[in-house]
Amino acid sequence: MKNTVLEALHIDKYFKNPVLFHVLNDITFKINQGEFVSIMGKSGCGKSTLLYILSTMDTDYEGKLFLNNELITGKSRKILSYIRNKHIGFVFQFHYLLSEFSVLENVMLPAKKLGEKSFQEIEYDAIQKLKMLNIEHLAKKLASRISGGEKQRVSIARALINNPLLIMGDEPTGNLDSYNSENVFNIFKQFSSEQGLSLLVVTHDEDFAMQTDRIIQMDDGKIIT
Amino acid sequence: MINWKVILAIAKTHLLTKIRQTATAALGVTFGIAAYITLVSFMTGLNKMLDDLIFDQTPHIHIYNEIEPTKNQPISLYNEFQDSFNVIHSIKPKLSQKKIHNALPIINYLNEHENVRGAIPQIKAQIFYIAGSIELGGNLTGVNILDEAKLFNIQDYIIEGSPEALYNTANGILLGVGIAKKMALKVGDRVQISTIKGAIFPLKIVGLYQSGIADIDAILSFVNLKTVQRILGETENYITDINVKLHNLELALPMAKKIEQQFKLTAIDINTANAQFETGTTIRNLITYAVSITLLIVAGFGIYNILNMLIYEKMNDIAILKATGFSGKDVQLIFMSQAVIIGVIGGVLGLFIGFGLSHLINSIPFATEALPTIKTYPINFNPWFYIIGISFAMLSTFLAGYLPSQKAKKIDPVTIIRGQ
Repeated sequence: MKNTVLEALHIDKYFKNPVLFHVLNDITFKINQGEFVSIMGKSGCGKSTLLYILSTMDTDYEGKLFLNNELITGKSRKILSYIRNKHIGFVFQFHYLLSEFSVLENVMLPAKKLGEKSFQEIEYDAIQKLKMLNIEHLAKKLASRISGGEKQRVSIARALINNPLLIMGDEPTGNLDSYNSENVFNIFKQFSSEQGLSLLVVTHDEDFAMQTDRIIQMDDGKIIT
Repeated sequence: MINWKVILAIAKTHLLTKIRQTATAALGVTFGIAAYITLVSFMTGLNKMLDDLIFDQTPHIHIYNEIEPTKNQPISLYNEFQDSFNVIHSIKPKLSQKKIHNALPIINYLNEHENVRGAIPQIKAQIFYIAGSIELGGNLTGVNILDEAKLFNIQDYIIEGSPEALYNTANGILLGVGIAKKMALKVGDRVQISTIKGAIFPLKIVGLYQSGIADIDAILSFVNLKTVQRILGETENYITDINVKLHNLELALPMAKKIEQQFKLTAIDINTANAQFETGTTIRNLITYAVSITLLIVAGFGIYNILNMLIYEKMNDIAILKATGFSGKDVQLIFMSQAVIIGVIGGVLGLFIGFGLSHLINSIPFATEALPTIKTYPINFNPWFYIIGISFAMLSTFLAGYLPSQKAKKIDPVTIIRGQ
């Protein structure tokens, strides 16, 4: 049996403004190692909210969250930052690169923050990741000077730099044309099957979702399937 | 664990890409610090010059015999009127001698006292300068000229001739410039003086004296102690004043009180004699600091403003840094270090500019009759001003950076990422 990477137990969340609103209702599910999972649902069904709870950035919820079988609910923000840095990679709909830094620096930043390797090792790793994504020729360019599809690949490289357990995506293809979406999907799929990386992606794109290992369908803050 | 290298690299990139804002903020600090250094150096330089002007020439304690009425009138010695209300009309001052009784032993005693740098005798005499049929009233002061030069820098006020010239000439006189001008005399000429009793003496002018105060220069001249004693027909122990210079100015008041009691003489300390002077110095310092602090606070607000704007512009960057594992504290440190870097660069530049400006002022000619030793504007190059300046720059930029960076620390990445 494969290891459980992420486990959510009875997660509830309320929005208190402007009126009390039950966004997430008793969410329980697991993600195993190497599994490629997508979350689908209508706008406002709470799927992004769920993703940010799972990402440890949102701590205002009830229930329990385990990463690698370790309870992370209720840990201090400092420890949560460290967990995000080491174990979780992010890919967002808008590329969210630091526009004043070069592509290489953007990719290296989380590893520099982690500080487990020397500068040379980090640089080598970063170039390896860029090579895997076929964008090593962009390394020295400023992040604001490359195209949307390229930016998304750079942010995938950044998400991978610390060899995380899990990559989370919030509509990673939402802003891309079909060619680039396909490209991003293939990259994800490749990492999932070849390197045993777990992926959790929120998406509206049905074609994208159909190709993943498992689809979690959400409606009104509940998991339907 | 704080990874300073990464934090400083990010701060540096932020500052360099917004070089114009960075420069504006840093120049604000530079201007504040430069103005502070220049102001404070110039003001304290002036203060010190004015203080020196007074303190150099003024004895710390001046001992003399005051002409005054006796405090205890005979009636108070008479027991029968002890409990009654006595009224005495037309009290006259007691007839006493001008000279200090036993002056030479007192001087010896004071010179051996551990707090005293030197105690020297003077003789003051009323005389007339005679120019043909005109008699000009004046004062003659008999001094030990070499001791005066050593303790009270009299040589600074001798504009022609030297203390040695007076010392070596038995009938020499250091004439006040005012008198010299009135009587059209110059060094090498002879001047006749007459005492109140009418005796006339010719003296040789060996130098000219200018204190800077016209009223004094128009009446006062210096001669050797022996010359005055001879003119007045007095013996060698005739001394009317003793001037004391102490090692520590603060001891002047208690020392003066003690001398009054011990020798039954009048002793005035420098602070009592020049009380208004202290007040002037204090107020000038107060104004200097008020202006400087205002300038630095304005610079601090400039930094606050610019950092605030920067943080609004960098919301996305902050969110992404936090999402990829930078803690709130890391983000805060990124912005704090930007503020501190601006403070250091602006502050150090300010110190250099302040130093340059003070040097410039120090080289501007400033000639005035009142201050014969001063050739250029006075500047006080006290290293403490530079230490205070840079510390204040650091403190104000730190505070100006703290509030915006605290805001950056609290930014919730989820709201920013979802808000797009």
